Amino acid sequence: MNLFKELYRGLIKENPTLVLLLGMCPTLAVSNEAINGIGMGIAATFVLVCSNVVISLLKNVTPDKVRIPIFIVVVACFVTIVDLTMNAYTPELHATLGIFIPLIVVNCIILGRAEAFASKNGVFASMVDGIVMGLGFTCGLTVLGCIRELLGNGSIYGHKLVAANASTILVFILPPGAFIALGYLIAVVNKSIKKKTS
Amino acid sequence: MEYLGLIIGAVLVNNVVLVQFLGICPFLGVSTKVGTAMGMAVAVVFVMALATTVTFLLHYNILAPLKIEFLQTLLFILVIAALVQMVELILKKVSPPLYQALGVYLPLITTNCAILGIAVLVIRKNFTLLQSVAYAVGIAVGFGFALLLFAGIRERMELYDIPEAMKGAPIALVTAGLMSLAFMGFAGMIK
Repeated sequence: MNLFKELYRGLIKENPTLVLLLGMCPTLAVSNEAINGIGMGIAATFVLVCSNVVISLLKNVTPDKVRIPIFIVVVACFVTIVDLTMNAYTPELHATLGIFIPLIVVNCIILGRAEAFASKNGVFASMVDGIVMGLGFTCGLTVLGCIRELLGNGSIYGHKLVAANASTILVFILPPGAFIALGYLIAVVNKSIKKKTS
Repeated sequence: MEYLGLIIGAVLVNNVVLVQFLGICPFLGVSTKVGTAMGMAVAVVFVMALATTVTFLLHYNILAPLKIEFLQTLLFILVIAALVQMVELILKKVSPPLYQALGVYLPLITTNCAILGIAVLVIRKNFTLLQSVAYAVGIAVGFGFALLLFAGIRERMELYDIPEAMKGAPIALVTAGLMSLAFMGFAGMIK
């Protein structure tokens, strides 16, 4: 297995946020600041890696008919762990991400990778898949978060880049800006990928 | 009056898709035709009201007395998944025409994060049972409302000449953004 190739697949070719369009709800909701994007990305990556490993370990004893409920229970366990851990150590981030932490359980990236990859492949391969897909998700969230924070607030990671009284495009940190920024970002990705293949 | 305010707030001011970002997947997925959007909207109203009631009762009668609230996520998602399956089976047996109309949308609803989201949200907001149900119905109606409007726009948009890179998801997201901008006009209507 070529690690570099895997990384390219997760970050660019099959980027879960920008190319496969999975996990749209947290992407749009928590990307108003770049730091939230990273927090959400790390939480989802942790769940994704752990659930991929466990599901891959259980793949020989999982009856095919009840595999989805089993996947959901495994994912929900790790989501609960993340939820409690973040509540204890990063209460501020936990409060900002709010309802979207328990909602990692219905994030289609995680169930999608469990079904499409971890239930068919070995433990190590599943772990790598979880890491690269999680990184792709984190990067997508962070890029969108940076763009929205820069346009809407004139800052990146809370560092003000414009004059304090400069007017910024406030709409980008409000809900409509999330849709519009993501729409154009996906259009740019579509365009550049197409150029490469043709 | 209190319930009216709650429902109007849930439908327009805090619209579930356009302001709270829950249920984006079905919003983008089943909005290419008005007919399918209608089916999805009705199924969501039905399941959302039912799921919120059941999870609310489970939370306050089982999780809270036993002090195991941390199992909330696990219990809620399993209950919702089981509930959707049960509704599907019952509809198939009791009312085949209704099953014909809604059947295909029911399995999709388990993955609709709005259902789990609202079930968790009413607990966090400390609503009473009646308030929770009113809120859930309002949210679901708001979802259906946004979905139908969006499907109407997308149906007409098929006729327009859109740049290659913007086709599909990008133009849909930008359209949703403009709709969200319009819905911001309702902010401040309800305190």
